[in-house]
Amino acid sequence: MDYRSPISKARGLGSAKSGTEHWWMQRVTAAALIPLSFWLVMLLKLATTATYQETITWLASPFNAVVIALWILAVCFHAALGVQVVIEDYVSAEGAKIIAVWTCHLLFTAIAVAALFAVLQISLAG
Amino acid sequence: MVEFTLPKNSKLTRGKFFKAPDGATNVRRFEVYRWDPDSGENPRIDAYEVDVGSCGPMVLDAIIKIKNEIDSTLTFRRSCREGVCGSCAMNVNGKNTLVCTKAIDEYKGTIKIFPLPHMAVVKDLVPDMTHFYAQYASIKPWMATQTPPPADSERLQSREDRAKLDGLYECVLCACCSTSCPSYWWNSERYLGPAILLQAYRWLVDSRDEGTGERLDELEDPFKLYRCHTIMNCTDTCPKGLNPAKAIAETKKLLVQRKLG
Repeated sequence: MDYRSPISKARGLGSAKSGTEHWWMQRVTAAALIPLSFWLVMLLKLATTATYQETITWLASPFNAVVIALWILAVCFHAALGVQVVIEDYVSAEGAKIIAVWTCHLLFTAIAVAALFAVLQISLAG
Repeated sequence: MVEFTLPKNSKLTRGKFFKAPDGATNVRRFEVYRWDPDSGENPRIDAYEVDVGSCGPMVLDAIIKIKNEIDSTLTFRRSCREGVCGSCAMNVNGKNTLVCTKAIDEYKGTIKIFPLPHMAVVKDLVPDMTHFYAQYASIKPWMATQTPPPADSERLQSREDRAKLDGLYECVLCACCSTSCPSYWWNSERYLGPAILLQAYRWLVDSRDEGTGERLDELEDPFKLYRCHTIMNCTDTCPKGLNPAKAIAETKKLLVQRKLG
């Protein structure tokens, strides 16, 4: 038998007094990705149509390398925030939720580090 | 909690069929969700043929006619029959609405009537609103002030400030919006839902209220507020033509303004 009052259940543990930063950064990264994604399109076009050497040369130029690095940071941050929201929406078991959110953030951090390392390697070698 | 399939005891079965009386001039078929907690049976869909030729124009008129003339066991809430009390919110042909302000003529063919989605059912078309009302109480829907009221007058408000409450004060808390929101279906234990957030915003923009900061503190939460993903079902379904999605967006803007502005 549950004797807790409806108000007590509705109030729960109270407000976390956070969430605005998360929501705002998702918008900021989304806005940043609009211009940055043009460089990704250029890179993908080169990667699928030009020779390997041409692609490497393009990516090795400091400006292109920096913009692609920014794209990687923005897209991984944006994706981590977004996937976290999906997990919170659909996973209600407390333990599974926390582990899933950790995994999501670690995974996107790993992807971002690996991708940045690749760009750095190409850029420094080129 | 997310549920993609109905629990075993919620699976629908085919119910009774009530044929139109002889001499009926304009017959419409109504399929109505029925569930009796005392019977121990699964919910069923009863079908009624109603002579709308001898019935008022609204869906509620047909439901009342069914109860009065065909099947007195049908249970539902209704009071004002003019869209002011918010009692008769139901799901008609897949969309939440106040059946007292929805004309039968607005629908073609069979009219299917269900209780508000994803709410525990008390009986037939009556959902359990306890948690919804408790959430409303949790936002303290009354004026918060430090300044004592003027001795010989009301708390004054300019016409412009009063106009900011238009589109908010009309909400009758029928819960059509909240129960159409997938975020509310999955996380209603913590997410306040569009109706309660619109009411919270009604106090945030009231120029006479002095508790804006505390109200924003209470709302700033990943679940209470930020489960809103701008799905817009709330605004689409509101039988009063209000825009809860906009009220929520304005609340988020206030929170960003407080942090960065």
